[in-house]
Amino acid sequence: MSEQTLLRTKPFKFNWDKMLNTTGAWVLALLWILPLAYAIWTAFHPALYEVRFDLTAPLTLENFTKAWEAAPFGRYFLNTVLLVTGILAGQFILCTLAAYAFARFEFPGKSVLFTLVLLQLLVMPDILIVENYKTMRHLGLVDTITAIALPYLASGFGIFLLRQTFMTIPKELEDAARLEGCSILGVLWRVYIPLAKPTYLAYGLVSVSHHWNNFLWPLIITNSAETRPVTVGLQVFAAVDGGLEWSVINAATLLTSGPLLIAFLLFQRQFVQSFIRAGIK
Amino acid sequence: MKFTRTTAQLNWIYAWLLLSPALIMLFAFTHYPAIVTLVSSFFSTPRGKRPAKFIGFENYQALINDEVFWQVMWNNLLYALATIPISVAIALVMALWVNGKLRGLGFLRMAYFTPTVLPLIAVANIWLFFYTPGFGLIDQIRNGLFGLPDQNLLGQSDTVLWAVMAVAIWKEAGFFMIFYLAALQTIPPSLKEAADIEGASRWTFFWRIIFPLLMPTTLFVSVNAVINAFRLVDHIFVMTGGGPDNASTLLLFYIYEQAFKYWQTGYAATLTVVLLALLSVLAIGQFFFLDRKVHYR
Repeated sequence: MSEQTLLRTKPFKFNWDKMLNTTGAWVLALLWILPLAYAIWTAFHPALYEVRFDLTAPLTLENFTKAWEAAPFGRYFLNTVLLVTGILAGQFILCTLAAYAFARFEFPGKSVLFTLVLLQLLVMPDILIVENYKTMRHLGLVDTITAIALPYLASGFGIFLLRQTFMTIPKELEDAARLEGCSILGVLWRVYIPLAKPTYLAYGLVSVSHHWNNFLWPLIITNSAETRPVTVGLQVFAAVDGGLEWSVINAATLLTSGPLLIAFLLFQRQFVQSFIRAGIK
Repeated sequence: MKFTRTTAQLNWIYAWLLLSPALIMLFAFTHYPAIVTLVSSFFSTPRGKRPAKFIGFENYQALINDEVFWQVMWNNLLYALATIPISVAIALVMALWVNGKLRGLGFLRMAYFTPTVLPLIAVANIWLFFYTPGFGLIDQIRNGLFGLPDQNLLGQSDTVLWAVMAVAIWKEAGFFMIFYLAALQTIPPSLKEAADIEGASRWTFFWRIIFPLLMPTTLFVSVNAVINAFRLVDHIFVMTGGGPDNASTLLLFYIYEQAFKYWQTGYAATLTVVLLALLSVLAIGQFFFLDRKVHYR
């Protein structure tokens, strides 16, 4: 419905109100895109043109190769990809099982437990860095990718989101499948998960972009290039005093956000729709 | 009768089995550390062979006497009070625009939303370059267009917090816009037609009809904004490191410094308790305050 509303155009008729709104919207949009456009400009031009805006300036990829050679970004990317997929897989499994229990089972303590789950929306692992660090040290997991992922596997948000979706699925479908001799996990696998696909996509995109961008906890728990995700890698790279040109730092910055940015530009509509879907409760 | 009882009991067991993996993880990394944080705020920091010992409210006493703590609280309060309303207001305006029939809608939506996808740490690097005195774009404009002298926005205690806030607003507004956009698209066009027949101005229509209908979204967005104002400190690491003179230190950044720079874990736990208490009070308060104004349909 939304797309049609957006695309429908009216016959042209000049009016001031619309013109002012259009101007305002464009000024804000240009202002909003300016920092990024500036970063892209410097990253693709020689350092000489950092502050000179000359349309004839030669384009170059040298800044990117310099950045790539100056720090183990390849390894950082591998770490981030491992981290993000690991978290996503864990979240899907744990949250699906829990959401199913909350959506379709009656058991003592249900409402108390659900409140405890929702509490995580407020009391997030992001804040409990001191104690979680101690826990990881006791488990001997400091400086591992597992340690970055563990606190986020059981996501209150994910459980809530999937529970809401599961509750909209007609119970008759489950009953029919049970009569056919489907087990509990079979019902979950054959009925609930296929019907909740859009929610999984939405939650997946939100989760991936969140953990790709996460910084504080990975910074604390990692201390070697073998485990650092790109965000921490970028910080370590950019924090080295002196010697680095801005154009190289900007190239590295674009490099770290590049995959997400490109994915976003390609699948803009799905991204936006997913965020909307994940946001409406 | 006996049969239904056993199926009910069987269902309990299934439910518990389904729940247990998630709940174990949740308790281990959310509830357990939250409780332990509270407990260790009453203990001293263990050092070498000396284990932590119970010291009652001494950490809290230290906190009250800690001038930096009060400055950090003030910083974070100011940060929240400025970033939350501004980013929510900009988000609403963006959503109204993107929901309209303006030219270049695709570009507008992309421009507003793109900062949201970027890592805050990357965003901070981009803005750091922006702010570079004498060299970055802001000074370029000040020098070139207005002939003003260079200014180190991040190096002065009276401007640094505002410079950091701009980044947060820039990053968040597009994210909140999405939720407003979703809400706007559920408002039936017949309302607009009815208002037009009644001869209501656009202004009246917005404040009397649209704005009240958006209240649930405003509640949702502002609760999120509050949490983010206390949870996201990545840009501080890159741009200021909390300086100059702690003028841009936010609470979570201070917790990080105390715990992982000075290894004052007892004191850091006390600060975390303050943060958790603050978040709960704000979220609950906001919910009750705004809830009375929310018109559920």
